[in-house]
Amino acid sequence: MKKLVSLASTLAASLCLSTASVAQTEVSFYFPVAVGGPVTKIIDGYAAEFNQANPDLKVVPVYAGSYQETVVKALTAHKASKPPAAAILLSTDTFTLIDEDAIVPFDNFVKTDEERKWMTDFFPAFLLNGQIDNKTWGIPFQRSTVVMYWNKEAFKEAGLDPNQAPQNWQELVSMGQKLTKRDASGNIERWGIQVPSSGFPYWLFQGFSTQNGAILANADGTEVNFDDLKVIEALQFWMDLSQTHKIQPPGVVQWGTTPTDFMQGKAAMIWTTTGNLTNIRKNAPFEFGVAMLPENVRRGSPTGGGNFFIFKRAPQAEQEGAFRFAKWLTQPERAAQWSIDTGYVAVSPAAYDTPALKAYAAEFPPALVARDQLPFAVAELSTHDNQRVTKALNDALQAALTNGKTAQQALQDAQAEANRILRAYR
Amino acid sequence: MSSRNVQAYLLLLPAFVFLVGFTHYPALATIFDSLMSTPRAGRSPVFVGLENYQVMIEDPVFWRSVINNLWFALATIPLSMAIAIFMALWVNDKIAGRSFLRMSYFLPTILPMIAVANIWIFFYTPDYGLINQTLQLLGFQSQNFLGNPNLALMSVTIVAIWKEAGFFMIFYLAALQTLSPSYREAAQIEGASKWYFFHKVQWPLLMPTTIFVLVNALINAFRMVDHIFVMTGGGPNNASSLLLFYLYEVGFKFWDRGYASALTMVLLTILAVVGLLQFFLLDKRTHYR
Repeated sequence: MKKLVSLASTLAASLCLSTASVAQTEVSFYFPVAVGGPVTKIIDGYAAEFNQANPDLKVVPVYAGSYQETVVKALTAHKASKPPAAAILLSTDTFTLIDEDAIVPFDNFVKTDEERKWMTDFFPAFLLNGQIDNKTWGIPFQRSTVVMYWNKEAFKEAGLDPNQAPQNWQELVSMGQKLTKRDASGNIERWGIQVPSSGFPYWLFQGFSTQNGAILANADGTEVNFDDLKVIEALQFWMDLSQTHKIQPPGVVQWGTTPTDFMQGKAAMIWTTTGNLTNIRKNAPFEFGVAMLPENVRRGSPTGGGNFFIFKRAPQAEQEGAFRFAKWLTQPERAAQWSIDTGYVAVSPAAYDTPALKAYAAEFPPALVARDQLPFAVAELSTHDNQRVTKALNDALQAALTNGKTAQQALQDAQAEANRILRAYR
Repeated sequence: MSSRNVQAYLLLLPAFVFLVGFTHYPALATIFDSLMSTPRAGRSPVFVGLENYQVMIEDPVFWRSVINNLWFALATIPLSMAIAIFMALWVNDKIAGRSFLRMSYFLPTILPMIAVANIWIFFYTPDYGLINQTLQLLGFQSQNFLGNPNLALMSVTIVAIWKEAGFFMIFYLAALQTLSPSYREAAQIEGASKWYFFHKVQWPLLMPTTIFVLVNALINAFRMVDHIFVMTGGGPNNASSLLLFYLYEVGFKFWDRGYASALTMVLLTILAVVGLLQFFLLDKRTHYR
């Protein structure tokens, strides 16, 4: 009997406990890891801190692999009507997520003036990919852009000013020629420039096309301008770096090994994401500089990286919780620390006014280059049926860069394919 | 039905449920899905007949992937099997450091494909990668293996052969060890050459193993795509895209369920033919002891 009583009291106690936790809303949150560093630990730390400050919510972060794996998991869960409350996914997936009826706009949750202000505090360039039909579907979180890294020692060796990166296309070519080094038998010891073209060449290509004054897709994601003359010229310039000027390796340049090529001194200048800044800073055995991409008719670079999305089929309470977590995550101090820890660009101007990021930038000025380039940045290429349209462009770029097609032929083919795919959305 | 029968069926039931749930039902559902349009938001799938197959016939990337896959199979199957036999004969002999050799041949099999693919990227790196350094030492030009459409498929094929040969070697080695030593002794007494002994004694006795390995190699030739994701992403311009890789792209990047189901049917058909070939043709010609 005694036993029974104690059992009953234990049961009662646990019941009390569970009623206490019923009031707590669980907010599941999928996130990918796309850069080096202890990202999982940082995110888990954020969630713990947020949960402590908000006892009515319990954010449960779930590491879901790469961006691609995360979107597969999130969309599959959505199709099974059990989506996470929120996820970090590529900003370019916005059209796909809307077309799959998977997400809700942030406008649904904004009530106070303070919240309205929060929505406009971000760098405008970072909001571009997330704003469609006057609604904000994604809030910038881990965002990046393309910048140029240059090897100051190689510049000195080639008789160039080590503190001056090429400012325009002509200088890029002339400096690249001086920097390209061949041995007696004609083997290349060092390439002048390397712009990677494996995996997602369209992203790097958007640097060239924007600098040449072209915009690849309309804001509605229903039209692309791949066969625009300016786009063809831009591709021709990229091809010429290898084929005419011979200052870039021929064929497709690997994205993954490009930072290593740079740190090994095999490439004097490279274009890659700001996300590689911390890695290169730690491992380059020489002095290097970070610069904006060179200009032609204008400066230009695409933005990249991941936005914060809220899922439609999650219960209302979870969505509200996710919204509060998104606000909390993007506060200036936190955005500043996230930028320092990972190398991503902080998402709001206010973050760059925080003491932490000011001190970091004073010690390491290259950290500011990405921000300074943002006024020239454009939306990353994104359309309806995005991955398919992007593949059409990727295939065209690789065909041209490997001498399979002329720039014009390749881009006209890509345009025809994109028109065929996008017809259904017009 | 006798109670014995009932008992037998009850014992079979768990395995049967899994087989139906994870093999038969999905295969039938895929046939059905391949005849439907892809459901997008607000639109439910409609019956489109053979339209997805029509799209497939007109899709150049599909044909590129099929042709690539045939070359991939034609290279990986015979080469990985030949190397496996050679390695097995080699480490079957009583030579110094035999267990070390066996282990190092088997090592590629136990390493995860994604990890080794990341390492192979650096082997293939232009100028300072291991392979190019060797080439330059011998007086050849450095090659951009993964960035040249003429070399990319060959490069990923070599990784597959390297990965598979050690796995097949284990089967051959096990089979060789079961052969009675009296054959070898008899051959030695008769003065048969090593080649003659292999050709006339070991090879025929290894036939069941060869069939088993062949079927595995065939299936793997259509299944091994992990390294493509890491090394080339199917590029440049689809030069190294394989059927299953393309299927993943259509299914999980483009979210085109109807078309992906049609592609799955092609893959299923190929694998079914392979399976039937084994059961009806090769099994009869194989000499089991």
